[in-house]
Amino acid sequence: MTLTMFTLNAFYGLALAMNMFIIASGLNLIFGVLRVINFAHGMFYMFGAYITFTVAKTWGAPFFVGVLAAAAALGLIAFVVERLLLRHLYDKEHLMQLLFTFALVLLMSDAAKMIWGTDQYSVGYPPGMGGAVNLGFVMLPQYQLFLCVVGPLIAVAMWFVVDRTRWGRVVRAATQDREMLAALGVNVPMVYAAVFTIGSALAGVGGALAAPRIALVPGMDATIINECFIIVIIGGLGNMWGSFLGALAFGFVVQFGTVLAPNWQDVLPYLLMLAVLIVRPWGLLGRPEAGH
Amino acid sequence: MAELGADLKVDGIHTAYGLSQVLFGVSLDVQAGECIALIGRNGVGKTTTMRSIMGLTPPRQGHVMWKGQDIARLGPHRICRLGIGFVPEDRRIFPELSVWENLDIARRTGAGGRTTWSEEQVFALFPDLAEIRDRRGGVLSGGQQQMLTIARTLMGNPELLLLDEPSEGLAPLIVELLQQRVAELKATGLSIVLAEQNLQFVMALADRVYILEKGEVRFTGTPADLKADERIVHQYLTV
Repeated sequence: MTLTMFTLNAFYGLALAMNMFIIASGLNLIFGVLRVINFAHGMFYMFGAYITFTVAKTWGAPFFVGVLAAAAALGLIAFVVERLLLRHLYDKEHLMQLLFTFALVLLMSDAAKMIWGTDQYSVGYPPGMGGAVNLGFVMLPQYQLFLCVVGPLIAVAMWFVVDRTRWGRVVRAATQDREMLAALGVNVPMVYAAVFTIGSALAGVGGALAAPRIALVPGMDATIINECFIIVIIGGLGNMWGSFLGALAFGFVVQFGTVLAPNWQDVLPYLLMLAVLIVRPWGLLGRPEAGH
Repeated sequence: MAELGADLKVDGIHTAYGLSQVLFGVSLDVQAGECIALIGRNGVGKTTTMRSIMGLTPPRQGHVMWKGQDIARLGPHRICRLGIGFVPEDRRIFPELSVWENLDIARRTGAGGRTTWSEEQVFALFPDLAEIRDRRGGVLSGGQQQMLTIARTLMGNPELLLLDEPSEGLAPLIVELLQQRVAELKATGLSIVLAEQNLQFVMALADRVYILEKGEVRFTGTPADLKADERIVHQYLTV
């Protein structure tokens, strides 16, 4: 592999990783605080992509209006779902939550077919981002470059909010002892609703930003949810920087795997997860659960 | 404006955890600025009485009146915001948050705009906490945790403090210090409901005592009444 090929593939891997991080970090945030494994997260991602298609292509609005619309729509859907339904399941066993989010997948999957049908769509790069930046020995596509900037920006923003603001401290306290937090005057159910809304909006944004680089087809949600689980597990459940590292590992393995060992493409992410779990069963940056 | 009646009036509450009923018609009242003590052996319902008042385990029957409003059906965060602060027996420090972060999340203007307590004030009351402000809650000693849990509840500027077994498991010197601090809190006009097994602690602080047994109030009186009647102490308190 020449230096040019290597750089280009590393760059594509990085862009994929950043796009995946945006999606997986939402799933990870929701799990970390609510302890709910949201199977519908992949469906939220798919809706984000389709909504961007409708807003940017069908209605002809600027691409970034589509991204904002996807974030707002998924945040709204998530808020309503949490307030009306999900909140009744926190005290139930995990199986109930799993079944509920799976039911959500089935419902939204049919809704998507009713709204958008089963055709394949593409969104295309936003104007001014379809070109490439020439580094002399390699040409880096602009849109992927943009993803490489947005991913870290979102990571730093999330770190800042969770680590450095009072609201973030409240969220961290909610993961540790929600009853005590309520006795200290915090409206814990609204904290939960906000976290679910933000986490789901991240899935919407992730889908919107993925739309220009992928084909929009029914079933794209199932692939992504598996990949998100792999990333979150590699990084350590509930750990934001863990998801960041997990996404990087995933992005490079998938990109180089596709080029160097195309026949192994589908199995490589699972092998990666297996390798990490053998060495660190709780993930790269996770910690062993108390009592285990 | 003269206040008529008690600030807090618990009226015949029955409370259960699932199928196991713990309180059978407990009634008590607290005047503004008063300290009452709930005493009795382990398992008689002292903690459950506090959890019922705080809305953590809402009573199935009966009323909890706070300044004339029935709060028995309100959630804990609403009750906190109305001016009642809870200091749990097991301290419940957030282990992954620092001392300062534990205080910060509890920071709240009290009911009616009370701002008696701030970071500086609680650090003045418990100077030891100022020195460990960046330490994680999970690594504190029992005494430090007890100071922090009281300080944390004060950050919400309560008018009534529910103080559950503060002396439990602490060294005698620390218990003595804590007793002084609670006396200082009382002197500021804070109303206190104190659950305690340590009689000396109770005698020093309480204006009135309620003795609980099997989820019912068996005796009400002043600490002097209690002192005068050895039989009561023997019957309900000594093991």
